[in-house]
Amino acid sequence: MYAANFLVLAAALFCFGVFGVIARKNAVMVLMSIELILNSVNLNLVAFALMNSVAIDGHVFALFVIAIAAAEVGVGLAMVLMIYRNRRTIALDELSEMKG
Amino acid sequence: MLALIAQASTTTDVNVAQNVAFYIIAALMVWSAFRVVTTDNVVHAALYLAVVLVGVAAQYILAAAEFVAVSQVMVYIGAVMVLFLFGIMLTRATVGSEDKVNLNNKGWAIGIPVALAMFGVLVYAVVDAFEDAVLIEPSPEQIASATTAISDGYLGPYLIPFIALSFVLLAAAIGAIVLARKD
Repeated sequence: MYAANFLVLAAALFCFGVFGVIARKNAVMVLMSIELILNSVNLNLVAFALMNSVAIDGHVFALFVIAIAAAEVGVGLAMVLMIYRNRRTIALDELSEMKG
Repeated sequence: MLALIAQASTTTDVNVAQNVAFYIIAALMVWSAFRVVTTDNVVHAALYLAVVLVGVAAQYILAAAEFVAVSQVMVYIGAVMVLFLFGIMLTRATVGSEDKVNLNNKGWAIGIPVALAMFGVLVYAVVDAFEDAVLIEPSPEQIASATTAISDGYLGPYLIPFIALSFVLLAAAIGAIVLARKD
């Protein structure tokens, strides 16, 4: 199995995630796109673990990323819920009070 | 075609079955990821995201990372997807297709050239750097001792990051409760 297989697949997932973050208005959809990005990075890390020798560091880093992603989703969705409760909307382009 | 595959499997040490499984799962993942960012329905996007996450777990198994794959299934499909579906329900996004809400920003089309340019640069860099780098196939002993090695890593060289991570998780749990509390 070529390393480029995993890396190109991860690049495709990453770019879909970046497109989602740019294009989507719904805050929950933006969080989902961030999950796509984090998963593509994890795929890269697991592929790199098999690159030259069987090293376990890639797996350890991937597990770190999974844990951080879980924490991020928890806090992110709590923030979305709070915004929805205060504003009755989660459209990101309507949250512009801080604009100078 | 078959002769080509047979030749490929004899001339290089590339595992054909592994490659075929990889491409099938990869095609499914790319299509689902495309639907995640293009569908008009938030619930459908969450379910397509679940397909992508299952695909990533399957790729981990193909890459001989069983422990990471099981963690992916438990954390993402078990916990994160439920969180997402709860978030969608509580923010009262339309379930089904009763009214098509516009989920995209006004200038959403700018994301297409950005994503395509980034994909081009990434593929160029990957092919340039790892053109014929072949992933080694770990031996059964190495696969069997992978979880032991991961735990040795966590309790050895990565102990300080591990403790820091547990504090991050604690802070995130407390923060989420404080943020989402009613009063």
